[in-house]
Amino acid sequence: MPALLEIRGLTVEFTTSRGILRAVDRVDMDVAEGEVLGVVGESGSGKSVSMLALMGLLGSNAKLTADRLAFAGTDLLTLTPRQRRKLVGKDVAMIFQEPTTSLNPCFTVGFQIVEALKEHMGGTRKWRRDRAVELLNLVGIPDPGARLNAFPHQLSGGMNQRVMIAMAIACQPRLLIADEPTTALDVTIQAQILELLTRLQRQHNMAMVLITHDMAVVSETAQRVQVMYAGQLVETRSADDLFSRPRHPYTAALLSSLPEHAERRARLATIPGLVPGIGDRPVGCLFSPRCAHANDRCRAERPDLYRDPEGLARCFYPLDDSGRPEGVAA
Amino acid sequence: MTVVMEAKGVRRYYEVKKGMLAKAATVRAVDGVSFTLEAGRTLAIVGESGCGKSSLARVLAMLEPPSDGELLIDGLPTLAPEADRRVALRRAVQMVFQNPYGSLNPRHTVGRILEEPLEINTDLSRDQRAEAARAILARVGLRPEAYGRYPHMFSGGQRQRIAIARALMLKPRVVIADEPVSALDISIQGQILNLLMDLQEELRLAYIFVSHDLGVVHHIADEVMVMYLGRPVEHGETGLLFDRPAHPYTRALLGSRPRIQTGANKIPRKTLSGELPSPLRPPPGCAFHQRCTFATELCKRDRPELRQVEGRAVACHHAETVLGGAD
Ligand SMILES: Nc1ncnc2c1ncn2[C@@H]1O[C@H](COP(=O)(O)OP(=O)(O)OP(=O)(O)O)[C@@H](O)[C@H]1O
Ligand SMILES: Nc1ncnc2c1ncn2[C@@H]1O[C@H](COP(=O)(O)OP(=O)(O)O)[C@@H](O)[C@H]1O
Ligand code: SF4
Ligand code: SF4
Ligand SMILES: [Mg+2]
Ligand SMILES: [Mg+2]
Repeated sequence: MPALLEIRGLTVEFTTSRGILRAVDRVDMDVAEGEVLGVVGESGSGKSVSMLALMGLLGSNAKLTADRLAFAGTDLLTLTPRQRRKLVGKDVAMIFQEPTTSLNPCFTVGFQIVEALKEHMGGTRKWRRDRAVELLNLVGIPDPGARLNAFPHQLSGGMNQRVMIAMAIACQPRLLIADEPTTALDVTIQAQILELLTRLQRQHNMAMVLITHDMAVVSETAQRVQVMYAGQLVETRSADDLFSRPRHPYTAALLSSLPEHAERRARLATIPGLVPGIGDRPVGCLFSPRCAHANDRCRAERPDLYRDPEGLARCFYPLDDSGRPEGVAA
Repeated sequence: MTVVMEAKGVRRYYEVKKGMLAKAATVRAVDGVSFTLEAGRTLAIVGESGCGKSSLARVLAMLEPPSDGELLIDGLPTLAPEADRRVALRRAVQMVFQNPYGSLNPRHTVGRILEEPLEINTDLSRDQRAEAARAILARVGLRPEAYGRYPHMFSGGQRQRIAIARALMLKPRVVIADEPVSALDISIQGQILNLLMDLQEELRLAYIFVSHDLGVVHHIADEVMVMYLGRPVEHGETGLLFDRPAHPYTRALLGSRPRIQTGANKIPRKTLSGELPSPLRPPPGCAFHQRCTFATELCKRDRPELRQVEGRAVACHHAETVLGGAD
């Protein structure tokens, strides 16, 4: 499959009062046409910043560098953020965790959809209105004609998230980036929204980057997964391989800390310590202060991403099929 | 068997005004909740956003009075108690909130935050209060230096430890935790859940655990109460409800939860259609009937009352059919 999105060595640094902080550290990402890529990681691991960087949506205190940043073969690095937004604006759409922060409270949802259509698709006024009704219908909003006149605060969180999705798919993007699209919602509504997203994704053969910290959601939805930790990509492989045979100790620890992997009422496996903050990253492997397998080498050197038969893992001693680190004496 | 808390038909209503001229309407946020809670046990309250979990939690924590019904602590009524009992009551029930950022005063040191409840409710000396605060810090896994620091200097998980420590200062019998781990990263959630379980064992604490995370609820709760539009619709032992739910709504909640799955044949989630109806205009009959696949004419007309079916309480006309059905 040809890569629709190709990112190599993406780095984002913020200039702050505490100095220069690296939020995203040489991240690679490939998304093929029609593929669903899951991106998981704890808060602050750089998931949102890397996608906002791609969209050209970061503020002026952010500096983006990359070896390659290409969409459908077009090199985005030579474009200004503004040109990039225009090019990417039609073919790449993004939905955010909090629909209320990205919908404008002062305008009706109908107006906001129609404006998005006007900007990227043109068409007559009547066509745009009809299309807006069609889109609301598509995302499962009952009585869509009447809902065009509703303001965001008159709709529930789930309804607003549907409106966001309607706006995002209005211009038939080839890639949809969904940043925690269901985190703020109930499981019942979450299930509805994810079903809607995957249905639309299949129907339109749209590629999707699904950012979430919910491992179960990723296992159900994504074909491939990237795991981020403290700004770095630490593991990537097919969802099936990642969930049945994680190679990176962080991924493995994260999976075994889930309650569904423990006996009821038993103590949960935990990862000691904290995710390093953006300003206090260790010298060696970023996971070494919390890793059960860390040794002196791990604490002194930063591991690269190493290729294995199924994917990539950023670890000197990736785990074998039985979950033991390779290359260290037991 | 020591019953520490008992709710008898607890209700909590709110007056809301829609628009300037409209007449005030009444939201029945909690509409008749009864249970008994024993020392050392955990009752989880689950249900969709807006179903009344937090409103119930606030009543149980005595932060708000019930509009109707009765709350008993150690068998004694909580409404209008004599002045000398009020202090004891306030000590018996403590609350831990979802948001560890909002619930701690940013201008006070951790030491002061922990000692404040003792200052108000006990006559311990300054030194005794400080000693108690330091002891509890160690107990919840914080370093001694935390005593002199401010909340913003801590991570989310550490702040939740501080909030738990504060709740324990008065040696409560019941701790009400409203989504205590929802705002935390997965690797930190486990640490806090382990801490809660250890403390429970050690101090025989009873927990009311409000959560929308069914995985977490399954792990730590002894019994579960499922709420829908202010009313309990099913209440029973955790294992029983998760294995054999009798209420279609419990089934739907369990069916919509994501599970880690690999391989080619992933079981699709059973999604529930529609949303929670407006609590201002609850549907007639069974409040769940518009979303229920088992609904009949009876359900549209008559509201089902809670009744005992196969070891749990359930409010559904067709609970036997639900239990009997293969799927
Ligand atoms: N102070 C109040 N005034 C008016 N209405 C209120 C008040 N507090 C709660 N409500 C209403 O009561 C109902 C129950 O709210 P509550 O906060 O208890 O829900 P919840 O189950 O905790 O939801 P969530 O999962 O979102 O926390 C809602 O309809 C809410 O809007
Ligand atoms: N505008 C900004 N200025 C400085 N730091 C930022 C800015 N935006 C994000 N960060 C930092 O970058 C890191 C990655 O953030 P983000 O990508 O939002 O994480 P997440 O993986 O939770 O989406 C965090 O440490 C965050 O605090
Ligand atoms: S490199 Fe060492 S510290 Fe880092 S994840 Fe691998 S084993 Fe753990
Ligand atoms: S009473 Fe009827 S509508 Fe209500 S849950 Fe039972 S079957 Fe469904
Ligand atoms: Mg984010
Ligand atoms: Mg609540």
